[in-house]
Amino acid sequence: MKGLRVLKPGPLSLLQDGGRHGWQHLGVSPAGPQDLHAAAWANRLLDNPWGTPLLEIALGDVELQAERDTWLAVCGAEMPLSLDGRALPLWSRFPVRAGACLQLGFARSGQRAYLAVAGGFRAVPVLGSVSAQQREGLGGLDGQGSPLQAGDRLLCGNRGVFSHPASVPWPYRPDYRGKPLLRVITGGDAASFDEDQLQGFFAQAWQLSPHSDRMGARLLGEPLQVPARQWSLGVGRGAIQVPPDGQPIILQADHQTMGGYPLLGWLHPLDQSRLAQCPAHQEVRFTPVSVSDAQAELREFYRFFRR
Amino acid sequence: MIRIEPAGAEALLLVLAEQPDAHLAQRMALLAERIRGELGPLLTDLVPGWTSLLLHYDLTRTDHLQLAEKLKPLLERWIDQPLSERAGRLHEIPICYNGEDLAEVARLCRLDLQQVIELHGAPEYRVGAIGFAPGFAYLGELHPRLLLPRRATPRLAVPAGSLAIAERLTAIYPQRSPGGWHLLGRCPWTLFDATREPPCPLALGDRVRFRAIDERDFISEGGQP
Repeated sequence: MKGLRVLKPGPLSLLQDGGRHGWQHLGVSPAGPQDLHAAAWANRLLDNPWGTPLLEIALGDVELQAERDTWLAVCGAEMPLSLDGRALPLWSRFPVRAGACLQLGFARSGQRAYLAVAGGFRAVPVLGSVSAQQREGLGGLDGQGSPLQAGDRLLCGNRGVFSHPASVPWPYRPDYRGKPLLRVITGGDAASFDEDQLQGFFAQAWQLSPHSDRMGARLLGEPLQVPARQWSLGVGRGAIQVPPDGQPIILQADHQTMGGYPLLGWLHPLDQSRLAQCPAHQEVRFTPVSVSDAQAELREFYRFFRR
Repeated sequence: MIRIEPAGAEALLLVLAEQPDAHLAQRMALLAERIRGELGPLLTDLVPGWTSLLLHYDLTRTDHLQLAEKLKPLLERWIDQPLSERAGRLHEIPICYNGEDLAEVARLCRLDLQQVIELHGAPEYRVGAIGFAPGFAYLGELHPRLLLPRRATPRLAVPAGSLAIAERLTAIYPQRSPGGWHLLGRCPWTLFDATREPPCPLALGDRVRFRAIDERDFISEGGQP
């Protein structure tokens, strides 16, 4: 089988699919793409089903050489993209010829781009998923959770011939430059926080800490006063934990399965994608949203992408 | 009083008790099995905590309101359900008590090394929760003479199979990982292997006994020196 040869792997490029679901009771994190929105569009452009394995490229600086003719699509962070030196648009699908060289430069805005191939990348699933989870050593090309390395080969499925290129319509392409206002479903232990502490969470601008990673986005700001720790319980993506130092942590794709820190609420699932594109030191604000509004919007997203 | 509440847009939390008790983990394992059996296709994950179950559901198939309705009759039956004495499988796990912190633990607890090993090996433990890392099972409860807070500074890496204690609990680190607990010894077994079915021999509510072995047995039972 042929595919793409990795000439330059970039600082952190990870194979991801729809996530490793059904094993959280054994402590296994679900992983999956940090930005579901951009990942979903990349697959959609190539008529790949939801959750088809693709490459999550953090920061850029990737060079790949095609070993066969195929079609690719790149969505997400604004990285200069070129094929044999010829610039290509993002949020689009395009044909590549065997021998051609694809380059992604460093991201100008946003943090992560998603490279999908017609038919998807092939790897042996671990616990039902190829998603690379570095901390747990699961998934990825080697089954051990490793990021992409120079010399790796990304094997491609055998599908997809398109008559013409196609692009995501403009209104659906996010602008990652602005200061995001992220929506939060309050809940969990929110009632145990003092009212003025909750107000403080929504009133202030938080800064994204450089210590954030795929496990959690760490916020820096005026610390919150925190209620007592709870009996550890199952936690999901988007959960906003407030540890004793009063600086919230928003759980991301590689989140742990259980946690004991008080929870203030959950980030709107569609805004997790926006958060995943924020660079360190980015200023973010929060605003409340109801569970039912968040669910209605998310259902619409799933109806469109999870065909 | 059982509480059912949404946990974000795609999960529902069942709080089953205010605190854990001797049989809660086993009873929760029973409930989790029931829920999987009856509502499995609606769920993507079901995560037991110390006193709760978190149900991650598929929003394209259900929501928290509909799930709560479906759970009510199930919970009513569960509350009245007697627990069999034999519930929870028993595992006997070999341990070579040669951990880096054994002497320090003995000093802090004012015991000698042999007493630490005996007190640690005496109880029958229960798996109260699994989390932190794949296959990391929290086992309770430790003998009161062995209670210590976590180490002030966690280690960046502890070897796979390390048996450790902290507060009222003991656990084995299945993989090499960072760790803040006191290391008493090593288990030669692989406690999480994604290629095995099931990947982790321990399940919620299971019982665990430890069997002291020497360094030669440690190697012959598959331990990595």
